[in-house]
Amino acid sequence: MTAATITRPTLSDGLVAVVKRDCPTCALVAPVLADLADRLASTGQTLTVYTQDDPEFPPGVEGVDDLDLDVSYRLEIETVPTLLQIEAGAESARIVGWSRDEWRAFTGCEDLGEDLPEYRPGCGSLTLDPSRADELTVRFQGSTLRSRRVTLAALEDEMEALFDRGWTDGLPVVPPTPVRVLRMLEGTTRAPDEVVAMVPPDLVECTVEKVAINAVLAGCRPEYLPVVLAAVEAACTDDFNMHGLLATTYFSGPVVMVNGPITRAIGMNSGINALGQGNRANATIGRALQLTVRNVGGGVPGGVDRATLGNPGKYTFCFAEDEVGSPWESLSVERGFAADASTVTLFAGEGPRGVVDQLSRTPESLARSLALGLRGIAHPKLALAFDGVLVVSPEHARVFHEAGWTKARLRQEFDELLALDGTELARDAGGITEGMPEFLSGTTVPKFRDGGLLIVHAGGGAGLFSSIIGGWVSGSSGSQPTTLEIRP
Amino acid sequence: MTARNAPAPETVVLDPTAERKPAQRQLLERPGSLDGATIGLLDISKARGDVFLDRLEEQLVARGLRVERFRKPTFTKPAPIDLRHEISTKCDVVIEALAD
Repeated sequence: MTAATITRPTLSDGLVAVVKRDCPTCALVAPVLADLADRLASTGQTLTVYTQDDPEFPPGVEGVDDLDLDVSYRLEIETVPTLLQIEAGAESARIVGWSRDEWRAFTGCEDLGEDLPEYRPGCGSLTLDPSRADELTVRFQGSTLRSRRVTLAALEDEMEALFDRGWTDGLPVVPPTPVRVLRMLEGTTRAPDEVVAMVPPDLVECTVEKVAINAVLAGCRPEYLPVVLAAVEAACTDDFNMHGLLATTYFSGPVVMVNGPITRAIGMNSGINALGQGNRANATIGRALQLTVRNVGGGVPGGVDRATLGNPGKYTFCFAEDEVGSPWESLSVERGFAADASTVTLFAGEGPRGVVDQLSRTPESLARSLALGLRGIAHPKLALAFDGVLVVSPEHARVFHEAGWTKARLRQEFDELLALDGTELARDAGGITEGMPEFLSGTTVPKFRDGGLLIVHAGGGAGLFSSIIGGWVSGSSGSQPTTLEIRP
Repeated sequence: MTARNAPAPETVVLDPTAERKPAQRQLLERPGSLDGATIGLLDISKARGDVFLDRLEEQLVARGLRVERFRKPTFTKPAPIDLRHEISTKCDVVIEALAD
């Protein structure tokens, strides 16, 4: 959101100066302003001086009181003094601070400010003063917010009040005051009333503003908002099927994997403890998505969310791929996006599990270990119905890289290793009733459907471990991994 | 008004939901019948509140209902959280005596 929504004040033609007494440069130019007012008066032009902190200032000039900073804010004044040229009611030029040459050229008065130094920088406008800025933002932009205002009673503890209203995931949330939401909206160029998605299960229109409110609740910084918006949009596609993912009794929830330059720009973690706690961006982006689903969509555990056990990742599960340290093309590039694009990939995943292999030094041996782990997704005797994500750690990736294995080569190996014997998978085979239908006996059954295995690179530099995130019902009858480009 | 008596500032927050429910918290649904219910009687520690509650207890017990008695330490302050928790876990309904 930008200040474009704010109407400019009506100003009379001529020169306009904005000053404050508290600024030494303004005090320095005060005599110049008095001089200028006299000179202009003789030519029928006007100088209007708006003063931010003291209507008596500058002496000898009839200043206009801007104590409420209305004019200063609407003119987007950042520095005092600012001198503006107004023609036909509109600003045609402005200069800031004091530069003798600049002021002379701007005003056309060749001998202006003879006794003053050549140059003095200005001071910050009061509109930018931290004690005033928030109030001004709400005063001028608060009306752009459409959401219902909820007044918490004076005696309510605001943290408790938000729990009581059912707006949290069980952890405390940040109260979404108008000023916090306006600040959050600064993180995107999208209009607050733009509809991002229809959020299941209630299938209600969710605006950028509603996502921003939930991002505030979750603890996001404004620069995370574009990622949250893309994640909400991706989660609510028919392909990803957030409704089914909520309603299922299965463990899964939305896993957000982020690629591209934005991951570095906002400080996401793709290294040590990438799937764990401790990084604000990772933690709050995933949480903001889940809070949006809860609050806007109405997807509440015990309501439409029918998970038997769920998983801790349903609080938040979001991480970045380590692209810089990866020997391979990123998940996002594999999925058809440019290397410099920033994307989110949503995956309907359960909690991550570890695969230990500290001894393999050949790609063949390590691939076999990882394949055994992948085979275990959902059940070693079940195939095709569940996708998976393999998070390859740097030390495991190095084994493949040193042997010259590309990601495609590793995939080819997995295809072979995970071509399972239908007879072993059949119901009752191995003394286990669970399994695939009998008619698959004697055939070869791939563990994963085409495109059902996602491979990303993340983690700290030490540890011969990788991680597997099992999926939920895959494909058009369940959830498709969904990648969207992140827009500013 | 002195600063000491000034009301605590109100916080205004924006509704994060789809706004399908009223902003104010709603009362719980009233029970259709008291049959089989455990009834809490909360004495707020005001004078003679116990007289009123004793009489209520007699009448409720006479109707075959189960009664649990509770007492706030002082009428000047909200009930302590432990007491509220105890009442909510033991009782289906609660009657609070505001006596004077």
